Amino acid sequence: MDFALNSDQTMIRDTAAAFLADASSSAAVRAAMAGASGFDAKVWQTLAQELAWCATAIPEEYEGLGLACFETVLLAEQCGRFLLCAPYFATACLSVPVLLETGNAAACGRYLPQIAGGTLTATTALSATGLDWQPGKVAAAAIRQDDHYLLSGAYRQVIDAATAGLLLLPARLPGGETALFAVSATAAGLSATTHDTFDRTRRTGAVKLDQVRVDAGDMLACGEALDKSMQRACAGAAIALAAEQVGGAQACLDMTLAYIAERKQFGRSIASFQAIKHRCAEMMVRIEAARSAVHGAARQAATRPGDADLTLEAACAKALASDAYFYCAQESIQLHGGVGFTWEYDPHLHFKRAQAGGHWLGSSDELRERVAANLLGAI
Amino acid sequence: MSEDNAAFRAEISGWMQDNLQGEYQCLRHRGGPGDEDAHPELRKQWEQHLARARWTCVGWPEQYGGRNLTPAQQVIFHEEYARAGGPGRVGHLGETLIGPTLIALGSEEQKQRFLPGIVAGTQYWCQGYSEPNAGSDLGNVQTKARQDEAGGDWIVDGQKVWTSLAHESQWVFVLARCEPGSKGNKGLIFLLMPLDQPGIEVRPIKQLTGTSEFSEVFFDGARARNADVVGAPGAGWKIAMALLGFERGLSTLGQQAHFEHELQLVCAAAKANGAARNPMLRNRIAQAWMGLKAMRYNAMRMLATSPDGTVDGAADNAGLIAKYYWSNWHRDFGKLAADVLGFDADIASTEPALLRLQQVFFFSRADTIYAGTNEIQLNIIAERGLGMPKEARPAN
Repeated sequence: MDFALNSDQTMIRDTAAAFLADASSSAAVRAAMAGASGFDAKVWQTLAQELAWCATAIPEEYEGLGLACFETVLLAEQCGRFLLCAPYFATACLSVPVLLETGNAAACGRYLPQIAGGTLTATTALSATGLDWQPGKVAAAAIRQDDHYLLSGAYRQVIDAATAGLLLLPARLPGGETALFAVSATAAGLSATTHDTFDRTRRTGAVKLDQVRVDAGDMLACGEALDKSMQRACAGAAIALAAEQVGGAQACLDMTLAYIAERKQFGRSIASFQAIKHRCAEMMVRIEAARSAVHGAARQAATRPGDADLTLEAACAKALASDAYFYCAQESIQLHGGVGFTWEYDPHLHFKRAQAGGHWLGSSDELRERVAANLLGAI
Repeated sequence: MSEDNAAFRAEISGWMQDNLQGEYQCLRHRGGPGDEDAHPELRKQWEQHLARARWTCVGWPEQYGGRNLTPAQQVIFHEEYARAGGPGRVGHLGETLIGPTLIALGSEEQKQRFLPGIVAGTQYWCQGYSEPNAGSDLGNVQTKARQDEAGGDWIVDGQKVWTSLAHESQWVFVLARCEPGSKGNKGLIFLLMPLDQPGIEVRPIKQLTGTSEFSEVFFDGARARNADVVGAPGAGWKIAMALLGFERGLSTLGQQAHFEHELQLVCAAAKANGAARNPMLRNRIAQAWMGLKAMRYNAMRMLATSPDGTVDGAADNAGLIAKYYWSNWHRDFGKLAADVLGFDADIASTEPALLRLQQVFFFSRADTIYAGTNEIQLNIIAERGLGMPKEARPAN
């Protein structure tokens, strides 16, 4: 496995960075944060339709570009770096793998071309309460009636709940098995609200279903097969989220370096103090180690490893990246001094995103326990 | 991985399997850092055994006795060597530091005289860089070299310290000051000196481990032939730095295979004594596993060569953090190993597996000091990786 980026990959990364530097500048992020939808529709249109970012990991048979998980990781890293406020993560990094892994060809044919073309956004609920796949904690119920199901229940935390066009929602069947359904946002009986989140760069919300009618063909998978495919899809999503976090951590370091180079005390740039240099160097160590873990995991994922291996790769990447992101965000506040505590400067945006996302798809402690169970057996 | 590489991997693992047994069986997983006093004579025989099968200096050009292996093949060699439990290499300073330096910068006569012995596993080297007042500040070396006008020999007076494996070596490469009154990295000379001579005394240092990998080396009118100066007198710093450039290396992945073995020992110990049921220890063991995985991928990024020649600066960043990351990982791991052993950590074990973990706990304290302390590493990362202001240096 060669870890160098080829010229196509460097181009993907650099083009994304150039686009986001403008489209997701600090001012643009703050405007999106203040808006009702949480993102700029024009930026999303460019990104999804002209630049075809959502098409990256969608196979060509579904009108995508058919690239590997690695290219998604390169894009996600730049999204995190520029704090992109957009339905990109929930659509391309979470719901696309879910659709692909559940393997319902008809549903893939129905939805993936629209996602690839940038005309449909999607999200996925992972349990009744949180943002990790826990089939045991699915409270919604689905009852089959002739050629359709009726779904009722609630999901407390869903990314982009109120804006996604397509919602992938798990519900319990009468026999106790969990099934996953593709539900249109416009379905009668579906309502979504947006939470008042501290991390304004990414919206989450609650979804309620009251006797929502779903065609039988939109039941994507159920039972053990669903569990297996959701674990694989969530591993893919966790690797992409980890890439975002590496990008965010890098932004924290970069903005800190820019600030301390200008800031003078005692007649010299504070960047010349060894206490400061060492703290910045420590940030770089954690960022590069996390980046190595993420790139390694993404390259492994592209080789279609077994379920257990993929889960462990993702756990490693996500735990190291989450921890590095939070570490760099808190260091960035501290090293900015007083202004690091203000709303005006950006460190707090990363600090909030790092904490919120740190719990998505498994907190670092939970992920370490997954690894421990593999090494040492269950507790 | 290409079929060629897979076949090569199988060849090495097969050879190790067939050869690391019988009289050499007891060397498995021995002689690494912190365990370098294990079976030194037998390990030297093992070096010669390797040499007869041409498994020393595998990355060197064939004209100097190597196999001219590609970096990818060298990685495979080091990985399989370590995975099979190959013992710590007594000859590694010759093979990885002075040998490559002589190949790049030595005279033809030096190459002819020294390289064959290094390849054959019959000539062992140690490094005379650090001094009591020249550790992190290596440019402050005070050991003096003056030329004997009669015979042209260089006469050396002074002291080196932290010299690894000095008592197992025949030769030392020495950085000394040959221009009186010069300061810093100017006016230095790089000398090759036989240790077995009247003007040199080697005194092993008893470390906190109770063992002695490191020594002090005293020079009192010791002699080096003029033909054994590498590069020009006065330009020794250039040679010394070029040598350190060879230190970063392909053996990294082999080192990680050793770490992996140590982690397996910890997991086995934790399962055996019940520590595996302690949630805090489980968490730390998992963290160690993750750190090792990151280290492995980081090494692969560091060694990456782009298929189409694109330069990716990120590979340099991966290289910059490597030493700091592995040494701190290993030091934390040493503490974890001792915590997993619990009460038994303090009772010198007769079980090789447990003794190894006890050694790691103690020796890993050196990891963050030698080859650039943590503090120097962070300076280097900040200055080279992040472009931050350089530390003040005295004017030369």
